[in-house]
Amino acid sequence: MAHLLLRHRDIPGLNNIEVYKQNGGFRALEKAVTTMQPKQVMEEVKASGLRGRGGAGFPTGIKWSFLPDTIWPHYVVCNADESEPGTFKDREIMEGNPYQFLEGVALACYAVGATEGYIYIRGEYYPIAKQIEACIAEMEKQGYLGDKLFGTATSIRLKTHLGAGAYICGEETALLESLEGKRGQPRLRPPFPAVVGLYGKPTVINNVETLTNLPFIVEHGAPAFREFGTEKSPGVKIFSLSGNVERPGNYELPLGTTFRELIFTHGGGIPNGRKLRAIMPAGASSSIIRVDETNFDKVMDTPMDYENVQSVGSLLGSASVIVIDDSHTMDWVIKKTIDFFQHESCGKCTPCRDGNYWMKHLTTRIHAGKASAADVKLLDSVAAQVYGKCLCALGDFSTMAVRSAIERFPEDFAKVTGKS
Amino acid sequence: MLAEKYPREIQAIFAKYPVKRSAVMPLLYLAQREEGYIKKESMQEIADMLELDVTEVAAIVGFYTMYHDEKAGKYRMQVCTDLPCALRGADLFLESLCENLGIRVGETTPDGLITLEEVKCLGGCHRAPLFQIQESDTVTFHENMTVEKTMELVEALRKTVNT
Ligand SMILES: Cc1cc2nc3c(=O)[nH]c(=O)nc-3n(C[C@H](O)[C@H](O)[C@H](O)COP(=O)(O)O)c2cc1C
Ligand code: SF4
Ligand code: FES
Repeated sequence: MAHLLLRHRDIPGLNNIEVYKQNGGFRALEKAVTTMQPKQVMEEVKASGLRGRGGAGFPTGIKWSFLPDTIWPHYVVCNADESEPGTFKDREIMEGNPYQFLEGVALACYAVGATEGYIYIRGEYYPIAKQIEACIAEMEKQGYLGDKLFGTATSIRLKTHLGAGAYICGEETALLESLEGKRGQPRLRPPFPAVVGLYGKPTVINNVETLTNLPFIVEHGAPAFREFGTEKSPGVKIFSLSGNVERPGNYELPLGTTFRELIFTHGGGIPNGRKLRAIMPAGASSSIIRVDETNFDKVMDTPMDYENVQSVGSLLGSASVIVIDDSHTMDWVIKKTIDFFQHESCGKCTPCRDGNYWMKHLTTRIHAGKASAADVKLLDSVAAQVYGKCLCALGDFSTMAVRSAIERFPEDFAKVTGKS
Repeated sequence: MLAEKYPREIQAIFAKYPVKRSAVMPLLYLAQREEGYIKKESMQEIADMLELDVTEVAAIVGFYTMYHDEKAGKYRMQVCTDLPCALRGADLFLESLCENLGIRVGETTPDGLITLEEVKCLGGCHRAPLFQIQESDTVTFHENMTVEKTMELVEALRKTVNT
């Protein structure tokens, strides 16, 4: 099947504007700006059922419709902070297919009446940010951005903003703070960014992959988009596959593709004759799915979409599928995830800041084999007390792997605490 | 003074945002360009430009991991050891880099060339082991690395500095 998002894999040189134009580039933007009202674009996106690809899966068109028509200007901010361990899809889009992405950002601007859009790119993606800036300049030169687009009164300008190494800036309100020149610490909600966002104005925040879907939806219509995926999770998704697999990488597949197809058909299975032991479908923030002989087929046949991954006790999130083989134990895995979250906690609220400090102590001690069963219990109870009590979702994220590991892999903890 | 050294860049940065304060991050990158870290004077100058207190600027420098307020090696070699990379041997890779470079994580080679650092996910998990090199205000990725390839790269960097 030809790709919808990773089209550069089918068409070499797609990051050149002429190649992009020869392959239907900017048709959607021209169609929208010259023949559609902004509201019509919004309705088409609603009808497509497109859901946010940044993690939460919220319907994109509905999110846009929350912007009040009484307060102006509106802003579009693209979240290109991509920092969840195991996620590397937005990077490939921006590297390989930057114009389709930028056309998508421009379409979002048009749909919500924004004349300015910001693309917040993580600082580590410095070379990618340079390329995106060059692409924006090229689009301005050729009249696809700037004033009087396609001879109409519409103007749209896009700018990049470079982050500087902080996972929390992927959280949308922290991202806005960072863009406003402050430390990237989340805001209290409500008010939501749709009403009080960037510089206090109504703001749409969308992920790179979400926006890259828009040219197809606008050009071909919602029904064409719905030919892929499932009723509730339409479209294709880029699955970032990492960890213990033969062929790690990005795979663009319809939502609802099974774990088996991703891990074994595309990923080539588990190397070195090892067995699959665990899957984290949403990066470091996942509840860990246990795979053993009792449930192997059930897990493998589970469709990866926003609904069905829940049936095996996890979430799809940004579809960063980390595969773990049977040479690893979960006391080590959660030590790694807590190392990450403890480092990335922004420190604004106590349960997350202190909870992660304690979880780091405990996971380190448990992994070193210097802990007792009571320490494992304590770890579980600290995680339970962090969950649901924090200002932003990072606090909850930090507890997912810990709690699921203790519950689902008791033998790993019995072993390190000498209770097996 | 940044204002004298980079007048055009500074003007372009301010033109990007409707609110002055948003310029702080790009200005800090500019301040880091010359020597790979941000001096107290530069923080003061940026604070003055943005009508902020210098402690606010320092707090931002402290918050983000890619800003540095201390001098280090010419190249900061930043190895990812987060879970997906670790599943593919990143911890071992880092350990043997330490041995080969003769330094520990956080230290700088005696010739001032390389500072070795351990970092979180860089968005290249499928190509582990990997690291990025941060030099002044730029970053380059080095993926699917081996210790041998890395040491060759180090030698090549050493030559460019010595000639
Ligand atoms: C701690 C944290 C980190 C996040 N990181 C990202 C990220 O790197 N990229 C992203 O698109 N969304 C990230 N999100 C989700 C965003 O807050 C937001 O929901 C998303 O950008 C909305 O875009 P979408 O509706 O297109 O998915 C993160 C959320 C949290 C709580
Ligand atoms: S939950 Fe953690 S990351 Fe989120 S605001 Fe609180 S301290 Fe910061
Ligand atoms: S975990 Fe190392 S780059 Fe993602």
